[in-house]
Amino acid sequence: MARSVTTRRKTINTLAAWAIGLLIFFPILWTILTSFKTEAQAINDPPLFFFFDWTLENYAVVQERSNYMRYLWNSVIIAGGSTVLGLIIAVPAAWSMAFVPSKRTKDILMWMLSTKMLPAVGVLYPIYLVFIELGLLDTRVGLTIVLMLINLPIIVWMLYTYFKEIPGEILEAARMDGATLKEEILYILTPMAIPGIASTLLLNIILAWNEAFWTLNLTAAKAAPLTAFIASYSSPEGLFYAKLSAASTMAIAPILILGWFSQKQLVRGLTFGAVK
Amino acid sequence: MGQITLKQITKSFGDVQVIPPLDLQIEDGEFVVFVGPSGCGKSTLLRLIAGLEDTSSGEISIDGRDATEVPPAKRGLAMVFQSYALYPHMSVRKNIAFPLRMAGLDKAEQDKKVESAASVLNLTDYLERRPGQLSGGQRQRVAIGRAIVREPAAFLFDEPLSNLDAALRVNMRLEISELHQTLETTMIYVTHDQVEAMTMADKIVVLQAGIIEQVGSPLELYHTPRNRFVAGFIGSPKMNFMMGAFSSEYDATTIGVRPEHISVSPTDGKWKGKVGVSEHLGSDTFLYVDVEGIEDPVTVRSSGEVSFRHGDMIHLTPDPEKIHRFDNQGLRIA
Repeated sequence: MARSVTTRRKTINTLAAWAIGLLIFFPILWTILTSFKTEAQAINDPPLFFFFDWTLENYAVVQERSNYMRYLWNSVIIAGGSTVLGLIIAVPAAWSMAFVPSKRTKDILMWMLSTKMLPAVGVLYPIYLVFIELGLLDTRVGLTIVLMLINLPIIVWMLYTYFKEIPGEILEAARMDGATLKEEILYILTPMAIPGIASTLLLNIILAWNEAFWTLNLTAAKAAPLTAFIASYSSPEGLFYAKLSAASTMAIAPILILGWFSQKQLVRGLTFGAVK
Repeated sequence: MGQITLKQITKSFGDVQVIPPLDLQIEDGEFVVFVGPSGCGKSTLLRLIAGLEDTSSGEISIDGRDATEVPPAKRGLAMVFQSYALYPHMSVRKNIAFPLRMAGLDKAEQDKKVESAASVLNLTDYLERRPGQLSGGQRQRVAIGRAIVREPAAFLFDEPLSNLDAALRVNMRLEISELHQTLETTMIYVTHDQVEAMTMADKIVVLQAGIIEQVGSPLELYHTPRNRFVAGFIGSPKMNFMMGAFSSEYDATTIGVRPEHISVSPTDGKWKGKVGVSEHLGSDTFLYVDVEGIEDPVTVRSSGEVSFRHGDMIHLTPDPEKIHRFDNQGLRIA
C-alpha cells in the first residue's frame, strides 16, 4: 500500500525543514546583521534584531585598516590553484580506478580516504619543518600544494564515483569505432563526465576557500588568504564584534554567491549515484 | 573481405581459464552464430575477436593478417552491443558519423554516408534526436547504422536483441538477416537464444564452458547433434532423453527423441503415460506426459488441435528413424 501524504503532514514537514534551514543559516545571518551595527549595538543586551541604526562604518574601517583585495586575491589563487592542480592529478587517477581497476583499487581508495581521518594537527609539525626547509612558509605555492593534498582524496573519490556511472561499453564502442585513447577521452568520456567534473570543481573550491587550519598556520602576511583576514579581527577581549562581522561577511560573500548560483549543480554532484 | 581464423586461442582471467585452446575458421560473408548457455564464454570469444580482451595465447588472423596484437580500433571490425552503447551526448547523426569522423572523412562525405545508412534503417526522421529520445528498436538501429557506415570487414553482434520485447525481436531478427543478404559481409552473432541461432545462421557454433561442442549448419545440428548437450540445446521444445530399459533396447546409454517425432494414440503405442499438462497453441499442441520409468515428463508436439486433457492415459510412439542414440560419454552413436 502506498503511503499517503496528507496535507497536514506535508505542512509539518515543510515547517520543520524551514526551521532547520533557518537554524543552520542563523549564524551567517547574525554575522551579516552584526556587521551593520555599531560596536556598542553589537554587544547590546538584549540583542538587537532589525531595529538598530544601520551603518556601513565597520566596512569602511576594515577597508581602511587592511588590504581586503590582497587577501581576496590570495584566496582566489590558493583555492583555484589547488583545485585545478588536484583535478589534473585526480582525473587520470580516478579514470584508471574506474575503468582499469586492479585487485587493490578498493584498498587504495579506502586508504586515501583514511588520511582524512587523521587530525591535521598531527602532521603540522613535520609539514611545518618541511616548509621551512623548502622555503615554502608564507608562500602561495606552498599553500596551494598543501590544500591540494588534503582535498585530493575527496576529489579522487568524487570523480571515481562519477566515472563509475559511465558504462564501459560506451568507451568500448568508441574503441571499436576507431577512436584512439586520446579521442576516446576527449570526445566521449569528458563530455559525459562534465557534470561530475564541474561539481567536483565547485565543491573543492568551497572546501579550499574555507580551509582555516593550514592557511592560518602556514602563512603570516604575504600569502595570507581571507581566513587569515577574518582571524586578524578576532581579539581575545571580544571588543570588535561588529568589525569582525564585517570582515567575515566580506570573506564569505564571494563563496556564498558562488554557492548560491551553483547549488543545483552541487546537490546533484553530492547525491549522484545515490538514487538510480 | 572478412575471413577470420582463430588458432589455439586461450583466455584466462587470473587462474581461471574461460577459453581452453580453441580453433575456429569463419569464412568471408558467413553469418556465424555463437550460441550457448550464459557463462559459456561466447561473449568472451567475441570480445577476443574484437580485440576488447587480450588473448592469453594463440593467434587471431583477419583476412590472413595476424591481428592478435592489433588494437580494436585498427582491426576493421564493427560491433553492436547489447546495451546499444550509443553516445548519449551526441545526436543520432553524430553517433552514426562518429566512426567516419575518427577515420578522418570530410564533412560532406560523412553526411552522404550517414544519410544513406539512415535511409536503409528508416532513421532519416530521427537524425537530429538524441539517443535518449528514441525507442529501444530505434536505438538498436542507430547502433547498427554506426556499424554499417564503417564498411567493416565483419560485424560483431553481442546479444543485440535481448533488450527488446518479443514482437520487436522478431522484426529486428528479420532486418538483420536481410541486412546480411544485402551487404554480404561476415557477421558474427552471439546469443543464448537457440531460436535466433537456428533462424539466422549459416553456421552455428555451440559452446559450453569455453569448449566448442559442435560447428555446423542449423539443420546439421538439428539432425545429427554430436552429443547430448547439443541435442538438448538445439530445438524447441527440448529433446526428450530416456535411459535404462528405454535405451538399452536401442543399444545405447541414452536415447533422445524430439517432441515433434513422437506420435500419440489413445489406444496403442510403444510407451504408455498420463497427460500432465496440455498446452494449446492453435497451430500445435504440446503435451507433457508422465511415463513410468522416465524422470521428466515426456514432451510431445502434435500439430493442430489434440483433445487430450489432464489425467488422460495415452500411448506414445517415437519415429524409429528419428531416434538419437548416445553412449555413456554422451557422444552420438552413428
